[in-house]
Amino acid sequence: MSTSLDRFVFRQTTAAAAGSAVVAETGVPAAVITHPVSLRVNGERVRLDLDIRATLLDVLREQLQLFGTKKGCDHGQCGACTVHVNGRRVLSCLTLAVMHETDDIVTIEGLERDGVLHPVQEAFIEHDAFQCGYCTAGQIMSAAALLNEPCGPSDDDVREQMSGNLCRCGAYPNIVAAIQSARGRA
Amino acid sequence: MSTAVGGSISRKDGWVKVTGRAPYAADHPIAGVAHAVAIQSTIANGRITAIATSLAENAPGVLAVIHHGNAPKLYRPENDFMSATKPGEARVVFEDDRVHYSGQYVAIIVAETLEQARYAAELVKISYAVEDPLIETDAALDSAYLPDEFFGEKLTTKRGDPDGALSGAAVTHEASYTTPIEHHNPMEPSASIAVWNGDELTLYETTQWVAGARKTVAQTLGIAEEKIHIVSPFIGGGFGCKGFVWPHSVLSAIAAKKVNRPVKLNLTRKHMFSACGHRSETKQHVRLGAERNGRLVAIDHDTVVQTSTVEEFVEACGNTSRFLYSCPNVRVRHRAVRVNVATPTPMRAPGENPGLFALESALDELAYKLNMDPVELRIVNHADVNEHTRKPWSSKYLKECYRMAAEHFEWARRALQPESMRDGNVLVGWGMATATYPGIRSPGAAKVRLLQDGSVDVISATQDMGGGTYTTMAQIAADVMGVAIERIRTVLGDSLLPPAPVSGGSMTTASILPAIRKAAQDALSKLRQLAATMPASPFTNRPHDDIVAEGGRVFPKGADPSSGLAYEDVLKRTNQSEIEGEGYTGPGPERDKFAFQSFGAHFVEVKVDPEIATVQVSRVVSAFDVGRIVNPKTARSQGYSGVIMGIGMALMEHTVYDSRDGSIVTSNLADYAIPVNADAHSIDILFVDKPDPFIDSDGLGARGVGEITVTGVAPAIANAVYHATGRRIRDLPITPDKLL
Ligand code: FES
Ligand code: FES
Repeated sequence: MSTSLDRFVFRQTTAAAAGSAVVAETGVPAAVITHPVSLRVNGERVRLDLDIRATLLDVLREQLQLFGTKKGCDHGQCGACTVHVNGRRVLSCLTLAVMHETDDIVTIEGLERDGVLHPVQEAFIEHDAFQCGYCTAGQIMSAAALLNEPCGPSDDDVREQMSGNLCRCGAYPNIVAAIQSARGRA
Repeated sequence: MSTAVGGSISRKDGWVKVTGRAPYAADHPIAGVAHAVAIQSTIANGRITAIATSLAENAPGVLAVIHHGNAPKLYRPENDFMSATKPGEARVVFEDDRVHYSGQYVAIIVAETLEQARYAAELVKISYAVEDPLIETDAALDSAYLPDEFFGEKLTTKRGDPDGALSGAAVTHEASYTTPIEHHNPMEPSASIAVWNGDELTLYETTQWVAGARKTVAQTLGIAEEKIHIVSPFIGGGFGCKGFVWPHSVLSAIAAKKVNRPVKLNLTRKHMFSACGHRSETKQHVRLGAERNGRLVAIDHDTVVQTSTVEEFVEACGNTSRFLYSCPNVRVRHRAVRVNVATPTPMRAPGENPGLFALESALDELAYKLNMDPVELRIVNHADVNEHTRKPWSSKYLKECYRMAAEHFEWARRALQPESMRDGNVLVGWGMATATYPGIRSPGAAKVRLLQDGSVDVISATQDMGGGTYTTMAQIAADVMGVAIERIRTVLGDSLLPPAPVSGGSMTTASILPAIRKAAQDALSKLRQLAATMPASPFTNRPHDDIVAEGGRVFPKGADPSSGLAYEDVLKRTNQSEIEGEGYTGPGPERDKFAFQSFGAHFVEVKVDPEIATVQVSRVVSAFDVGRIVNPKTARSQGYSGVIMGIGMALMEHTVYDSRDGSIVTSNLADYAIPVNADAHSIDILFVDKPDPFIDSDGLGARGVGEITVTGVAPAIANAVYHATGRRIRDLPITPDKLL
């Protein structure tokens, strides 16, 4: 049917335009293009030969087996995949891993210091700031970054700055309470 | 009676969740796992005429392309909820070349990496013979039929003479209310990793029902149930869409078989809009008749819902109307239409939730006609018994809920007239509605294991999708065993464990905790028997019922506990590595005597900006009578959860279909809006916290709190919007275009 055919042709064109030019008119599929990358993840250097199409999220999960970072949408719409890149919160599903040579990446697994929970992690347990826990890594990484961002003092300020992290369990009131208490402590 | 039960205990699974170490379905590290991507139909009705796969098969890394033309034979399972063989839809995946709805699985790609699988999926070319799809309820009304039952409840019932009572009523109200298709959208998309070891299959799943998954997948694959092991320790939310078995759990299994290695299939967010159910659209027509003093004389609740062409699932909107208020003449009817839309499934309070939107909106409208306070109208019509089943309630504190929440909200300051309250330029409205959900209980089994180091394992094949079961299971065991909660481990979410019911119907607490209590008592009894066998001990020559085991110590009856031994010392000195108690409990004859039902009330304040017609839910106070509260901390979170999901239902959630081709226009989290943090303002959750004396025979008296919290939220908001603006919105969601 035309829909899937159109999609196919579109893909050929874009591949060609991008210079990776491996989808020929004859319909030969693209070869995998890899690129050597050295990433710094949770303080450790890792060298990988990466498929250039791989997102940072998929590399963290499927290659480095850091499954704490979650995929809720793969489209930058939910925040579940939030990690820190050079200290700032970033949606790891929206960025290609090969772009992060020399970058300092921290995931939820790297937030503890010497086995001691980050104040935001502590506060999330204390304030019951999650139910199923699936959004939690992203919420905590966002919240930990927020501590270093210009953010007003009120609950409404925190709500606004945390609104890129969806929680279908509706833990929002507890998330705000946890962050406010961690801001006091951190 | 206890210290742990009733305490605000932080979650047992808190540490693993805040450190990212809790393994959800897609997080289990499996050596050599291959990645699958499922391909969905782009038409909603017709036949597949050809699938061209050679390009995809030749793409780098591709291991297999599977579709109806080359799939192994699969078998339709029994499809019976009671025997745990309930698939989401009766048709098995890849059964034939028919396409019944847009988004139906038509092929699956397996490749070495996710990137390769995703790319190859784009290379599969599928041709269809397209037939006109039936998408909208109105277009299908001619073929509406009367479904018989919903989980054993009749869908058409009548008592008295509603038509006669309506024609003679002093005051009547009649209107239609609609709710759109809504999707559960748990933050975790469903996933399945299949690992075959010879003819044995391990499935890492995200399921609300490991026992159901095991049996249903076994029947579908045509293998023995004993050959399947379901592992699902953490679930990233479910809300109903992970209750029954959906095709992906079978797809991963057949793909893994085909490529002879483990396969991971992770659904995309887009898949989630057609691959694991939704709440049907509902069209409800309500007629109410009342006397001048507000007494209801007639309720007529007529519902039309959708179901698919491959399964029957009926959103039973009207069934609550049979008993929520006292009324002599009641008629409830449900009709269903079959459309080319994926199959609906239970979504948090199926039936009650959209049903209460209609009934509780209608009651508010009636209150205005009577010039009566809406709380007063509900109290006047309070049902002292369940008038549908004619059974007395096991316990009911609905009036207490109204009183608690109204006082906390300061409802008495409300002006009755709409458009009478303002905050600067902003219109302010106050509305309320009743909440309700049945107190269901099922049979459940558990084990409690005391180990030689004095720690305790609490074990059951139940699930924790966020409700707090990891913690409540440990709480009850801590109390019975007299062991600190820190020394208790909860083990659940595995089909090898003692069987438990689906985590649905808010039944987990009432079903599992009594079984754990029994298992813990059994473990202590075995410990006393063991102590009685000890030579040269304080227990020598004592019958075991002359020995006490409590508070972590075993000692002779009447003696000081310090004269005895610690639990672990009894195990050590008898060379036992552990002792294990077993417990099995279930509902009994009390079910024939009483109606078990939870109740609650929501009081809501909205602020409406008259310029741009946006609604903000600025304040909510909700009170619930759900029996005993096992853990106020996690129960309160369930309250927030339901209220916030209700805000989504009231103001934003709406899945939009293109009626020309049946495709979903809003199949992502930007176009299907759910509440964000900035949508949740002041929310207060109150509990009556009075044990239900009859739901179990162990004095626990907890009825479960997962679903009731969402019921009644949407009508309370709609009623508040009317109070603020004088505009009655009967079609959810209440988006600005409807208020302008
Ligand atoms: S997975 Fe990255 S934002 Fe949703
Ligand atoms: S805790 Fe479940 S999605 Fe946030």
